[in-house]
Amino acid sequence: MLAMEYRGPRRVRAVQKPMPEIKHPQDAIVKVLRACICGSDLHLYNGNVPDTRVGSTFGHEFVGEIVEIGADVTKVKTGDRVIVPFNVACGECHFCRQGMFGNCHESNTEATAVGAIFGYSHTAGGFDGGQAEYVRVPYANVGPTIIPEGMDLDDAVLLTDVVPTGYQAAEMAGIQTDDTVVVFGAGPIGIMAARCAWLFGAGRVIIIDQEDYRLEFARNYSYCEAYNFREIGDPVVFIKKITDWLGADCVIDAVGAEAQGNALQTITGRKLLLQAGSATAMHWAINSVKKGGVVSVVGVYGPTDNLVPIGNLMNKGLTMRGNQTSVKRLLPRLIEHVQNGTLNPKGLITHRLPLEEVADGYRMFSGKMDNCIKTVLLPPTVSL
Amino acid sequence: MKNPQINTPIDPRQIKGWGVDADPKNDPTYPMRARMNATQDPDSKHRPDSLQPQDTEVLRSIERPNVSAVYGTPEPPKGLSGMIRRFAFNYSENRYRHWLPLIVADRVNMVEGLVEDLAHGKFPNIWAEKGYNMDWKYKRGSLILKLSVLTAIAVGTTVLLTSGSKKNKTYKPKYKYKS
Repeated sequence: MLAMEYRGPRRVRAVQKPMPEIKHPQDAIVKVLRACICGSDLHLYNGNVPDTRVGSTFGHEFVGEIVEIGADVTKVKTGDRVIVPFNVACGECHFCRQGMFGNCHESNTEATAVGAIFGYSHTAGGFDGGQAEYVRVPYANVGPTIIPEGMDLDDAVLLTDVVPTGYQAAEMAGIQTDDTVVVFGAGPIGIMAARCAWLFGAGRVIIIDQEDYRLEFARNYSYCEAYNFREIGDPVVFIKKITDWLGADCVIDAVGAEAQGNALQTITGRKLLLQAGSATAMHWAINSVKKGGVVSVVGVYGPTDNLVPIGNLMNKGLTMRGNQTSVKRLLPRLIEHVQNGTLNPKGLITHRLPLEEVADGYRMFSGKMDNCIKTVLLPPTVSL
Repeated sequence: MKNPQINTPIDPRQIKGWGVDADPKNDPTYPMRARMNATQDPDSKHRPDSLQPQDTEVLRSIERPNVSAVYGTPEPPKGLSGMIRRFAFNYSENRYRHWLPLIVADRVNMVEGLVEDLAHGKFPNIWAEKGYNMDWKYKRGSLILKLSVLTAIAVGTTVLLTSGSKKNKTYKPKYKYKS
């Protein structure tokens, strides 16, 4: 089968790999119909996530059709078209039974701090991802959710990560009616978080980024204010100024380790790997939120350490919340939002490429070329 | 520990004032987590009934007691990078001795990948793997600049090394003459 293959930092290719096999009675094999390149895939692509092995296949955002099931699979059958949440979750461990499907304890042997994620290094379990024709999906009784009749596959594929993560970012921010919400990062997750902030009753939503085309997109898609941090001076002072010098009630970090805007952070975090990525967005988030406010973190950072103003967390009485998204917990509500038109996930898709051109897709998304927001990869068995 | 009694658990309900101001609604983890402490959870150690057979090497974090019920099988550790990874997994996720060797192993693994390609008679198409077609299409100026700088550095380095070897050749006869 054809699959994306990692060869080293910023080097990927499409190659023929062996078909995945059933390894556990609750496994299923899924024929991929749509897969996306996610902003967090860029951390792997750039070689910033430890234990990313040459030969790995990335891709944690995919939907497909079940073509084979293990002996104990009862909730889905061959032929079902399914949304596959990006996290691998057993549904039975101490954490899954608390609804923390993003923190499953029975799917990742290689690290305890993070649950397993499809196609996201051996630090996240070592499972191959969905940027391929076929993929092994463990715990098929738990994760895969049948795509409702009539739902567009483009909408469905964004329910695997982008929509739930944007939604949970807003949920974790504890938004109260008329709160001012600032979102750092106008990538797909940030744009979705800004859109979802309204669902929780925000009174004002502001998004900050450095790419004008993304800011313009966010204004139209998320109905929010959008500012380029290259043009507003110190973003923390700017946010204080436009919030009566108090700061935002809630701030969402939707950037993570690839942040730009601070030379020291960029050099030590992204170039020299002396810290787990550049923590510029988190730095700005802590400093621009109101005293007593909430910082919600969905941006991905590596597993070592970062330079952040942790003293201000205490001095300002902040609450900081973050997590890998519990996709399964949120899916029923989000499917409703998509079906009744409240959310329009496929509106984020700007590019569609055949899987054979996966290297071009990564380069374009990474370099923010051709006004790219979201790229969908299509295996050879699926028409463009 | 000299006196193990010093850490004997007590029933907190016996402490005067325990829980008098408790406010269950003030839970910042809700609704991400349905609060449940392990001690109140009779199934806290519950695992899926079936465990994936261990037919390949899987590195296990020493912060957990066992291999998880399922695990990823692709790319088991091998070669020099595999040795470094095995070393890293002697240490917990709390230690730099775990993460830094893994980063080194990733870079070694990249070189191993190149060698493996060449050993199989396959010369990697770096231009395509790096997606430079996109740069050529959308950022041609910066790509040409980048390639020009790299070429200049490569040519400069080559010239420098070549001229150095000529000097050595000219010094050789003098040295022989003196001796």
